Amino acid sequence: MLKAERKTGLVFFPAFDWAISPTHPEREERLLYTQDQVFEEGLLDIPGIEEYKPDPVTIQDVQRVHFCVPDVQQVTTESHFISAGGALTIGKAVMNKEVACGFALVRPPGHHAMRLVHGNRGFCNVNIEAIMIENLRQAYPVERVAIVDTDCHHGDGTQDIYWHDPNTLFISIHQDGRTLYPGSGFPNEMGGPNAIGTTINIPLPPNTSEEGFLYTMEQVVGPILDDFNPDIVVNSAGQDNHYSDPITNMNFSAQGYAKLTSLLRPDIAVLEGGYSIEGALPYVNTGIILAMAGIDTSHVKEPDYDPISIRQSPEVSAYIEQLGEKILELWSARKEMQARVQAEKAFHDRSRDIFYDTDGIQETQQEIVRACNCSGGALRIDSTASTGRHVLAVHIPQNACEACKQAGYEWFESEKSDALDSLYLQDRTIDSYTVYAG
Amino acid sequence: MIIGLDVGGTHTDVVLINNQGIVFDIKVPTDSSDLFSTVLTGLESITQDVAPSKIRRVVLSTTLTTNAIVQNKMPDVGMIVSSGPGIDPDNFRTNQNYFPVGGSIDHRGREVAPIDEKEIKTAANNIRSQGIRHVGIVGKFSVRNPSHENQIKAIIDNDFERIFLGHQISGHLNFPRRIATTFLNASVYPIHNEFFQAVNKSLKEKGIEASIRILKADGGNMRFESSVDVPGQTILSGPAASVMGAVAYAQPEIDTLVLDIGGTTTDMTILTGAVPILAPVGIEMGPYLTLIRSLNTRSIGLGGDSQVAVNAGSIEIGPQRLGPAMAFGGPVPTPTDALFVLGKMVSGDRFKSVQGMSVLAGQLGMEVEKVAEQVFTKACEQILIEARNMEIRLNQKPVYTIHEIREGVRIIPSEILVLGGPAPFFAERIQDLSTQNVRVVPKWSVANAIGAALARTTCEVSLFADTAACHIVSPSEDYQACIQPDFDQAAAVQTTFDLLRKKALDRGANPDHLELELLESQTFNMVRGFQTTGKNIRVRAQVKPGLIQGFEGILKL
Repeated sequence: MLKAERKTGLVFFPAFDWAISPTHPEREERLLYTQDQVFEEGLLDIPGIEEYKPDPVTIQDVQRVHFCVPDVQQVTTESHFISAGGALTIGKAVMNKEVACGFALVRPPGHHAMRLVHGNRGFCNVNIEAIMIENLRQAYPVERVAIVDTDCHHGDGTQDIYWHDPNTLFISIHQDGRTLYPGSGFPNEMGGPNAIGTTINIPLPPNTSEEGFLYTMEQVVGPILDDFNPDIVVNSAGQDNHYSDPITNMNFSAQGYAKLTSLLRPDIAVLEGGYSIEGALPYVNTGIILAMAGIDTSHVKEPDYDPISIRQSPEVSAYIEQLGEKILELWSARKEMQARVQAEKAFHDRSRDIFYDTDGIQETQQEIVRACNCSGGALRIDSTASTGRHVLAVHIPQNACEACKQAGYEWFESEKSDALDSLYLQDRTIDSYTVYAG
Repeated sequence: MIIGLDVGGTHTDVVLINNQGIVFDIKVPTDSSDLFSTVLTGLESITQDVAPSKIRRVVLSTTLTTNAIVQNKMPDVGMIVSSGPGIDPDNFRTNQNYFPVGGSIDHRGREVAPIDEKEIKTAANNIRSQGIRHVGIVGKFSVRNPSHENQIKAIIDNDFERIFLGHQISGHLNFPRRIATTFLNASVYPIHNEFFQAVNKSLKEKGIEASIRILKADGGNMRFESSVDVPGQTILSGPAASVMGAVAYAQPEIDTLVLDIGGTTTDMTILTGAVPILAPVGIEMGPYLTLIRSLNTRSIGLGGDSQVAVNAGSIEIGPQRLGPAMAFGGPVPTPTDALFVLGKMVSGDRFKSVQGMSVLAGQLGMEVEKVAEQVFTKACEQILIEARNMEIRLNQKPVYTIHEIREGVRIIPSEILVLGGPAPFFAERIQDLSTQNVRVVPKWSVANAIGAALARTTCEVSLFADTAACHIVSPSEDYQACIQPDFDQAAAVQTTFDLLRKKALDRGANPDHLELELLESQTFNMVRGFQTTGKNIRVRAQVKPGLIQGFEGILKL
């Protein structure tokens, strides 16, 4: 009889009554055939696979991660609270040791949502993994977290949120940004001055197939994870690397996703993108659930699966091997690089333009971070958006030292004026969120 | 007049009801090795002084098929299983003559790979050569497109006496359960068929021309003639009989916990507004997870005859029953003995009960009466704890829409109805321990037979429409048709109700009092490349469990 080798929690929340717009890919129907397949395979009856009902997150959970402009309610819908809640429900079940691991099969997705939110980017409003992780950090003795994002699109939102955090290793494996939205995620994006190296980008060339993904997982991601030694591993399990996905150009398969999951052995997996809703998702999700539970996946295949016809070229293989070597070199050099860069100044700044494709909003940010080894450093973000809103946000990390805390409060106090639409302070040392509205 | 008969482990309860109320009620001992004579004795005893022509309905709830499965006394059957990609179907093997074959249908009901006639014939020859007469055929996603199951049947139809098809069981998606349920249907078919032919014959000989019905696990009945097609639905009807016996006394505006306290077990279920809650998918019985519709009942190994022992200084009750209470000649002390010690029960050998309880008292270093008091209280507490757990699990049932999460209707029973042998005694103590109002069901010792007698005919229909593929199917009704692109949800609901009405009448429902209920109705726009290409519609409807018209009031008298 079938039995899970690892007790696996599952939240299935297909949000059958929510879509971005009637004909948008992020639509009601997206997980319909996945549900059909999961039910028909009888996965929820397998001893050791436990289905959980998602417990929605609260506004406080969102504010622990994001600065929502003008406020949380106006950039989210109920579906986002439930989707993030699904991830958190699994996270708690894992931390409470009710299950060994778990998969939140939820929508809408979240990995393009950055720390500061003016609207929807890349189908995402709030970052469901980050909301889960920061809640767990608040409630459990979780410090070091690794997030491995296997969505076909660069997880630029998660990267932004953990850019300065040396205790969160973010690894994104995605289709090269020169050929796909959002156009970022190159190896030289390695994290802020206090956290160089804990952001890792592995842009794979178009048409990468099983070989390339599994090579990267075994030869590059595996050793780095061993080295980083995280308390928990989170997988942003996007499924749009599939050979049948309509909006990407990769050649991955259900068999490949199952093997990748077995190699990675994430504690918590969270669904991200994936829009081949009939040809890929039903089989990929079945493969991931079985792989997490440690059950044989060798018969889980798409009806039209033909590994020979989708196999990557020798050139792609060679490119990926070189890329892997480069990533590992950067990883070994990270501590020296950080020491050098961090010492350059007491306060580091960067400015950038951010585009919210779904909502058509253009944003300009100036960011200042205090150089510090406490836990990421105090962070100040000045943001102006094409909505006409100008806001300033101050973030003090959970384990901030007194100096960082002081810097954060000084920024906050000195900006209190009528010039801004809103002024926010997120003090994670006391888990508080303050808004000054002039 | 209506006869209700419920076969229990020790007793078989029989009632005769007319439109004034209960005429007779009796108990006869159950001979589990000969259920036919048990049933016959019961029917004969209750009809002694009644003219056969006055009996218009006989409803039986038996343990025949349940026992056959539990004792593994089923004749061999053959299983032909077509899976396609997914979990290796060998994991769902039900028996030795189980043959996975090729062929594959996908989630939208499209053929992925055809079946192989030669392979089917080889499997069939193999099965037939062993003298097997009954076969089950099950395909993955056959409820979306039953053509492979039908094709396989056509190939081997002449080789076997009876063939059961997976898609005819239910519209639910669950391939492993479809396999197990089809297997059980095929396996219990000959036993069930033989038994009811015999009952039919004897009743005819006595001049009783009544409609004979079988109680199902979902608390509804069906005509005997229909049950031959789905004999598995007669499994575990016992707990349903008791629940239906309590339904008449439940208040329609609140949620009610029903406790049926028997000798070996306590069965519990929850009613919302006097309607029992159904199990999400189907019966789970030993190794068999099925698609057999059933009430959401939970059975715990704690009853009046449960073994009481002292372990590491504390009292443990159940889950074993080693025999009757010591007051009735049993081997070990039981909660019933505690009732004798406390002087609550009287018509037995109290001295034996005291003897048994004294041993426990010695181990605990306490007075006998105190121990009896603790045993009784603990038994009630354990029942209440399990009932709370059941309530929590029901409220944790996953839902898949924002609407359902927002509405989040919670089930909170505010009244407890108790029935079964020791009901009055337990009800009193449970009332002391609980804030809910506790009531004993009138006629508590035969309420199960009353429930069987008055249950209405229930059934369920699922429908699936795909306007992009111009296809509509209701697998269990063998209904398939072509639809136009403008086919919509309202039309799908109408078609479902039409099919449901027909099914209910075929199975014996009263056409004048047919309550059809929509269980699920969803429409999804199918979007391909930023274009809407069609609609995917799913509808499910039922005749919900309840009592037949005209008797609810009489029972309250």
